Amino acid sequence: MSAVEPLISVRNLRIEFNTERGVVRAIDDVSFDILPGETLGVVGESGCGKSVTSLAILGLIPSPPGRIVSGSIRLQGRELVGLPEAEYRRVRGREISMIFQEPMTALNPVFTVGSQMVDVLVRHKQLTRKQARQVAIDMLAKVGIPSPEKRIDEYPHQLSGGMRQRVMIAMALSCGPKLLLADEPTTALDVTTQAQVMEEIVQLQEEFGTAVVLVTHDLGVVAETCQRAVVMYCGKVIEEADIETLFHHPKHPYTRGLMDSIPRIREQKKAELPTIPGTVPDLLHLPNGCRFVDRCFQAQERCCQAEPALERQADGSQVACFYPLEAGA
Amino acid sequence: MSEILLDVRNLKKHFPIKGGFFRRTVGWLKAVDGVSFQLRAGRTLGLVGESGCGKSTLGRAILRLHEPTAGQVILDGEDITALDHQALVAQRRNMQIIFQDPYASLSPRRTILQTLLEPLETHGIGDDASRRALIQELLDIVGLRPHVLHRYPHEFSGGQRQRIGIARALTLNPKFIVADEAVSALDVSVQSQVLNLIARLQREKHISFLFISHDLAVVQHISDDVGVMYLGQLVEMTSAENLYREPKHPYTQALLSAIPVPDPRKRAKRIVLEGDVPSPLNPPKGCHFHPRCPQAKDICRQAMPEQINLGSESDPHLIRCHLYT
Repeated sequence: MSAVEPLISVRNLRIEFNTERGVVRAIDDVSFDILPGETLGVVGESGCGKSVTSLAILGLIPSPPGRIVSGSIRLQGRELVGLPEAEYRRVRGREISMIFQEPMTALNPVFTVGSQMVDVLVRHKQLTRKQARQVAIDMLAKVGIPSPEKRIDEYPHQLSGGMRQRVMIAMALSCGPKLLLADEPTTALDVTTQAQVMEEIVQLQEEFGTAVVLVTHDLGVVAETCQRAVVMYCGKVIEEADIETLFHHPKHPYTRGLMDSIPRIREQKKAELPTIPGTVPDLLHLPNGCRFVDRCFQAQERCCQAEPALERQADGSQVACFYPLEAGA
Repeated sequence: MSEILLDVRNLKKHFPIKGGFFRRTVGWLKAVDGVSFQLRAGRTLGLVGESGCGKSTLGRAILRLHEPTAGQVILDGEDITALDHQALVAQRRNMQIIFQDPYASLSPRRTILQTLLEPLETHGIGDDASRRALIQELLDIVGLRPHVLHRYPHEFSGGQRQRIGIARALTLNPKFIVADEAVSALDVSVQSQVLNLIARLQREKHISFLFISHDLAVVQHISDDVGVMYLGQLVEMTSAENLYREPKHPYTQALLSAIPVPDPRKRAKRIVLEGDVPSPLNPPKGCHFHPRCPQAKDICRQAMPEQINLGSESDPHLIRCHLYT
């Protein structure tokens, strides 16, 4: 691909969960790279494995019931799969950190914002509590929290949703991680707040040179903030491309269907939205061959027999389809 | 031009805030504070606004699921707010609601058949055979197969459950349906299917919808008219076309500019609003929007603007803003 050494490289990752109904393969042979300083979008619908992928990078797959069956996740060449918990703890927070969809559940309600931020800094940066407090106040100011020296002594419930998410971002970036995993960071927020929060993330990313993985179902947010994106479907990466190519020349019929089925603000209204027929299949009962075959408008005999692998195209993108869509088709 | 089906006049819903030792009322939360608009038969009014702006409360107050504090709701010539309990129950045939989370709004202990039969039994419509025939027809309309009837809600996906919720709302052949965040919990590929279904019902069955959503793109797609709410008030309302082409209220302008555009070649020019939505418990004096408004003047800090119509009688453009008075 490019000469740049990837920050994270995920190779042939397979993750399974034991459930009452059987073993579910949530992630099936997933490979992708995250480059230093880039913003990578991971898109897909519920259950496609996008959140599990980010939890795996953080070493947070609950086990049991989940386990990494095979594959590797390397952080600048260092293998993370199988890393002892004590060592993983030094990676989390310092090198990779994460922000979640619902900041209220990620913040501890019985401690002040400040004490939670200070704990992280004392642990990873070996600062005194006094120094850490100053760093925390500076970070809060950076994410656009007004009067941070007052806010730092408040409890999470005293803050609005947008403020809480900003606190999470400040906390996540306080140790200067190389990678920030953002799992639906603005889904619970209103559009005007979403715009503010996304702006903060982009600004801080430029300032610190942090790579960001943005896991989201919102294609609008991806189009505006990411340079590259992977599209997942039922535990597999089915397409990977730079944003321009992905939005203007999607090659997988699923990606194309997703792009078409989002309502857009347009001058001329369309009577009917294009749709993808059917629903996402149950991971326990995947169709034979390509897992999108039941819903694909151009499925052929071959698609029912074999599963297409992710293959690189002439323009540098990758797609897992026997019959990738042509430009302008 | 079709006739006016729904006429909402100065509707208010204030919730008492209890506090202190004797749980006395210490204040009022003005969730809906003086909303007036009209909806014509067979049209869809989209209602947008951020969380806490009162859009859901308005939907429920119209149906008297929340008892309005003041104001009138006239549906098809009948004043809903003046009905006694019995008359209200009878009138509910004409007005139904679809909720955001169909899992929470369908009884987990009832089969789909039982769920769909209940409204017909309550209102004493038809006999057993005709009820079942109607239910079959409804399933067909919402795109579910007949064998689902004996299953329970947990056996369905989110999209299917929402179709069941829609079928239930249709059983009584209503004239008016409130869809409260009806597609917000669905994935995009399923969301588009449900949106198309709602659009078809509106066309073919001539049902009027009040479509409440925080997603402005969805609202623009489905609605004929769009109303924008902020802290319990309707700040702007006009046809979807007008609103998206030429938003007049500074809040509407900011809201529209904040929507991320799913096209990397078009980057929206954004009006980023300062701060958060103020608490509805203690709304700012004057125009509720003035602390965040980039165009606030002196008068905005002092007096609440009245709702005026910038358009015509047949093509109204309602607005509540001092910039236009």
